[in-house]
Amino acid sequence: MQRTVFRSRWLPYLLVFPQVAVTVLFFFWPALKSLQLSLYRVSPFGDHMSFVGFENFAKLLGDPEYYQSVVNSFVFAGGVTLLSVGGSLVMAALATQKIRGLSAYRTLLLWPYGISSAVAGIIFLFIFHPTYGVLPYFLSFITDYEFNWLLKGWIAMALVVTATAWTHLGYNIAFFVAGLLAIPGAVLEAADVDGAGPLRRFTAIVFPLVSPITFYLVVLNMVFAFFESFGVIDAVTKGGPGDATMIMVYKLYKDGFIGLNLGSSGAQSVILMALVIGLTMLQFRYVEKKVTYR
Amino acid sequence: MPRTTTLLRSATWACALWAVIALAPAPASAKTEIHFWHAMTGQLGEATNELVKQFNESQSEYEVKPLRKGNYAETLTAAIAAYRQKQAPHVVQVFEVGTQTMLLSGAVLPVYQLMKEQEIAVEWKDFIAPVVGYYSKDGNLYSMPFNSSTPIFYYNKAAFQKAGLDPSKPPQTWKQVEEYSKKIIAAGAARCGFSTGWPSWTMVENMHAWHDQPFATRRDGFDGLDVQLLINKEFGVMHLGRLAAWQKDGVYSYGGRAGTADPKFINGECAMYIQSSALIGGFTRGVKFQWGTGQLPHWGPPYNKATSIIGGATLWVMKGKPAAENRGTAKFLKFLSESNQQMWWHVTTGYLAISNTAVKNLEAGYHFKKFPDQFTAFAQLTKGKATPNSQGLRLGNFVQIRDVIEAEMENIFAGKKATKQGLDDAVAKSNEILKEFAAANKR
Repeated sequence: MQRTVFRSRWLPYLLVFPQVAVTVLFFFWPALKSLQLSLYRVSPFGDHMSFVGFENFAKLLGDPEYYQSVVNSFVFAGGVTLLSVGGSLVMAALATQKIRGLSAYRTLLLWPYGISSAVAGIIFLFIFHPTYGVLPYFLSFITDYEFNWLLKGWIAMALVVTATAWTHLGYNIAFFVAGLLAIPGAVLEAADVDGAGPLRRFTAIVFPLVSPITFYLVVLNMVFAFFESFGVIDAVTKGGPGDATMIMVYKLYKDGFIGLNLGSSGAQSVILMALVIGLTMLQFRYVEKKVTYR
Repeated sequence: MPRTTTLLRSATWACALWAVIALAPAPASAKTEIHFWHAMTGQLGEATNELVKQFNESQSEYEVKPLRKGNYAETLTAAIAAYRQKQAPHVVQVFEVGTQTMLLSGAVLPVYQLMKEQEIAVEWKDFIAPVVGYYSKDGNLYSMPFNSSTPIFYYNKAAFQKAGLDPSKPPQTWKQVEEYSKKIIAAGAARCGFSTGWPSWTMVENMHAWHDQPFATRRDGFDGLDVQLLINKEFGVMHLGRLAAWQKDGVYSYGGRAGTADPKFINGECAMYIQSSALIGGFTRGVKFQWGTGQLPHWGPPYNKATSIIGGATLWVMKGKPAAENRGTAKFLKFLSESNQQMWWHVTTGYLAISNTAVKNLEAGYHFKKFPDQFTAFAQLTKGKATPNSQGLRLGNFVQIRDVIEAEMENIFAGKKATKQGLDDAVAKSNEILKEFAAANKR
């Protein structure tokens, strides 16, 4: 490894400055602000602020509805991660076969990532809406069962999970395709000669070799599902029916920006942040051990 | 060095050009700008912009700049954020459920005070009572009513005909609604009897007022901040219980929150619909079958009949603007309240005209004879007996409370909770929210 030596003492600092500034300004500063906010009771217009200590946290931790939103978040994030990472691995495996028009397929597979999550939500709405959706209309000819997610919570959850996972496929596929192409052909040929079938080749060779990528994607998708899944939920279910799709990040938006309860919203964002940091650390500690880096 | 000179010269030219471009709009800004943030979309947005245009053309001193800031909740949030940055608009449209928040915000200039300061005479007495009452404190109007509506009953005349019902007679009682629904479904005239928009507003808030039942303690919140909900009493449990039972046999079909159930009526899936009177304008253009309106169904004795309550939004004036600009704001609001504009607004959108003069003029012009559907809402609000239970609701954090109520309605309709249990939970959660609001607004 070649070590870079800067002649000027200040140049390296100058070079990292923009990145540090962005991080401080858009991450540390808001994080500190919400930490501060979480300890206050604030009137909507911000004219009355009174220090309440950990009351906002105590209220949340004594509220069964909040626990429900935590459970919902795990179901949601778990579902999204499983579906989008699993699905994209399968699709990437197919997209690395020797087939005609390969680059066209790969390009098409990347497309969903270019769609903003709110737009994805609207698309799903037009397909699945019980009243004006296309799919329920055709389903009504086949079955009497009503896929009414305006009232049935689990259908609503399945819908937002699928929509969110779909928006993520493209990103994951790009990583997996790169990973799969990096596997030396000789290794697979050797396994082939030894008499290993396609499935065995995948479990014994391919999967372990792409495990670092899988691990990276699992962490990333998890964090994404916890923090940035707002658009789909807002466009499709708004947390309903009941509170069936009320995940933590949507609840804190709703309490803070619609309900104007900024103190509680601040406390919720602190809890969410701590939870995701903890989760990521856990994954690095335990899951990463099973990952084989080359 | 000729090159440097050319460079210098072109730089000078660039600067001069930039200065010309930058300074050009200056003469146009001689008019005082009044910023007006609202949440109106589609046809309603166009009507709002048209009113603003008429005001701008009616005088030369002020220019009102309308700006749509998203839906009601987003508009309010944006106004609050702007106020905290000292960038507030002059006028902001706030929905009725935000009234208590605005009243206690300390960030507004009450409309009655603005008009007094600017010495602009407004005939407050001429405004219709149920509208003014919702937005007044101690008899003074705090915000200018802009778009007010009340839920009314819509029905599909074609479906009525097909089911052998008289298309000129909408049901008047809930018993009839049930009976008609069953006939309509049996005749195959529609898949479901009726649906509702804005579930909490139409089925809980208005049903309590319409049957002269209290929604909350302390005179529905008008008398103090220590309020508790009363929707889990006999009437609320009875009404929601019936809806839940009807949801099972198709008499009722829940269609989601806000206006998401509109398509159920428009595409003929449900033959009857309870929604804001402001949909008349949209239905006139968008609904292909013959339809009519009626007053809200009533359960009859032992419940009294009162009036329904309003919904919609009003215009709030943010404080801290120079007097010269406030003068423009006052003139704009005065313009909106005048009878000609009120009549035009009502005819175009279906929202209520807010002055008695405007209503009388509409009557004199046979407007209601020609369009009887547009009179339904006025009849419901003004011909009934006004009681303390029907004057409106004044609750803090009402947006959250509506959400809580609607979430529990969904749990009840889905069969996840018994009616009484769901309403008890809604009341318990709402009371917590009200307590929080009282604590945050303690002075």
